[in-house]
Amino acid sequence: MASGPFCAGCGGGTVLNVFTHAIDELGIDPKDIVSVTGIGCSAWIPSPYYKADTLHTTHGRPIAFATGVKIMKPNMKVIVIAGDGDIAGIGGNHLIHAARRNIDLTVFLINNSIYAMTGGQVAPTTPYGVRATTTPYGNLEPDFDVARLVVSAGASYVARWTTYQVFNLLKSMKEAITKKGFSFIEIVSQCPVSYGKMIGKHRASDFLKTYKESSIPFSRAEKMSEKELKGKIVIGKFVDRDRPEFTESLRRLNKERIIKPTAEATEDTRG
Amino acid sequence: MKLSKVYRDYLHRFSNKTLFMQGDIACAYGALYGGCNFLAGYPITPASEIGEQLALELPKIGGYAIQMEDEIASIAAVIGAVWSGARAMTATSGPGFSLMQENIGYAIMTETPCVIVNVQRSGPSTGQATKPAQGDVMQARWGTHGDHEIIALSPSSVQECLQLTIECFNLAETYRHPVILLMDGEVGHMREKIVMPDPDKIELTGRRLAKPGELMFGGQLIPPMTEFGAGSFVHVTGSTHKDNGMRDVETQKVHDKLIRRMYEKIDKNRDKLIRVEKDYMEEAKVAVVSYGATARPAKGAVIQARKEGKRIDFLRLIGIWPFLCRVWRRNSS
Ligand SMILES: Cc1ncc(C[n+]2csc(CCOP(=O)(O)OP(=O)(O)O)c2C)c(N)n1
Ligand SMILES: [Mg+2]
Repeated sequence: MASGPFCAGCGGGTVLNVFTHAIDELGIDPKDIVSVTGIGCSAWIPSPYYKADTLHTTHGRPIAFATGVKIMKPNMKVIVIAGDGDIAGIGGNHLIHAARRNIDLTVFLINNSIYAMTGGQVAPTTPYGVRATTTPYGNLEPDFDVARLVVSAGASYVARWTTYQVFNLLKSMKEAITKKGFSFIEIVSQCPVSYGKMIGKHRASDFLKTYKESSIPFSRAEKMSEKELKGKIVIGKFVDRDRPEFTESLRRLNKERIIKPTAEATEDTRG
Repeated sequence: MKLSKVYRDYLHRFSNKTLFMQGDIACAYGALYGGCNFLAGYPITPASEIGEQLALELPKIGGYAIQMEDEIASIAAVIGAVWSGARAMTATSGPGFSLMQENIGYAIMTETPCVIVNVQRSGPSTGQATKPAQGDVMQARWGTHGDHEIIALSPSSVQECLQLTIECFNLAETYRHPVILLMDGEVGHMREKIVMPDPDKIELTGRRLAKPGELMFGGQLIPPMTEFGAGSFVHVTGSTHKDNGMRDVETQKVHDKLIRRMYEKIDKNRDKLIRVEKDYMEEAKVAVVSYGATARPAKGAVIQARKEGKRIDFLRLIGIWPFLCRVWRRNSS
């Protein structure tokens, strides 16, 4: 691993650090990992600093690329790390359908509330009212609760943490990587540059302080009203459940259908 | 390289049989004879039958056919599968082909061998969706942004749908490049006689895999590649990259070298890639040039005209891209 591509104070470094620990602690051979990323600052978290196979794809599409990888390489850990714009914005549909298929991918979405790489445009995760370069009068749209979306779509494992709760995040990453089925962690992360300039927070510590103060555990949040939850970040594990996994179903189908080399008979070719 | 035993055993049941078959179905069987083991697609007339037939057949021989959420995802899954060792394809028509353009550029830039079938239909937009057309010839060439080459073949019979699909898979591996099969709705939906090949006689071009330490994105005109999990720790990016795959988005020389090499892969092999059916007369001043479904009535018209004493040449393009400019000049001088 070499030094990262991040601005000072970027949460990407924290994610990189925790991810490295997760892989180390799980004792996974780098040969068995494919990291798939999109385009954006967050897409540079695993690429190209790891000694592992990397597929650095187009903006928004890493999950779709990863689908092809996982089908052909079911024994490899296929891990997608990318931004909120990438995965919940332009690539939102791939996220929904991969979760619905419950394909065995691990997806870490870096929610920095902004399109950082391109300089601070509004994202689907930018809170209502926040000024971004493309919402100079304030964001008129509500933000996306991506974790809940992925729960509804059918994923096996969904959690949300901020870069403040690094040890919870580490434990959760290890669970997500080992869990069979679609595993998703939304990581709320600071961008003191592109987002910071829009909301007047220029140091990582400004963000981390907010994360510390406004994080509410999932179990407690369940009992709170929408009004009480305003401005809060609901953290924790949302689901951890066993559901049929897509590539396993594909393999089962092939086992049932495969024609034994001795079989004959000319089938209707539908000509 | 020969087809795998599982494929040969399965395809033997068709060997040398004369069947009555639709062009799309012939394309699907061409994929099987071409060693395809992965299809990702999204339904669209007049191409759906290709994905449907492969969904029926591939599980029987250990392959995978999946329907994705759209065509962008389809080609993305194909590229991911290829880097994981698959011989992979997608099949679509105009609107889906338009959606694929960004990732076709990605396949070119990452030198990913794959096959994209476009059964062309009327446009722009939804046009007359069920009517055939040949309007995507320029989209196939220039649909994705940036300087690049492309390889595209165009069948004009059901037999050719099968045969050219096999060739697309081989060309993709030879040049480490996406290859487009430009069918048209007429050829795709037409039914006619086809003689199925003997799978033992099919020659496949296999993937050239890198030896340890060998460069995978440069160092030779067409570098070898790898597959994920082989321990080569490959870095695949659509950004400009050096010979070792590591990105360099600053150095003009690196970009220049990469783009020139990728252009030369095709340009230096232009004569091998240009494929035509010629029917020339001596000193004819007029020629009819055609391709796809229209080549057949065009040829009929030429034959008719000759009977009436007119001297007319006939030329059918089988390989559409790269374009035949040199053949053309040689013969028209
Ligand atoms: C098809 C396409 N549209 C737009 C872009 C430009 N673009 C590059 S990164 C980016 C936004 C990245 O935001 P996000 O995914 O949240 O990542 P971040 O930089 O915030 O980590 C955009 C719009 C692109 N590369 N491709
Ligand atoms: Mg972002």
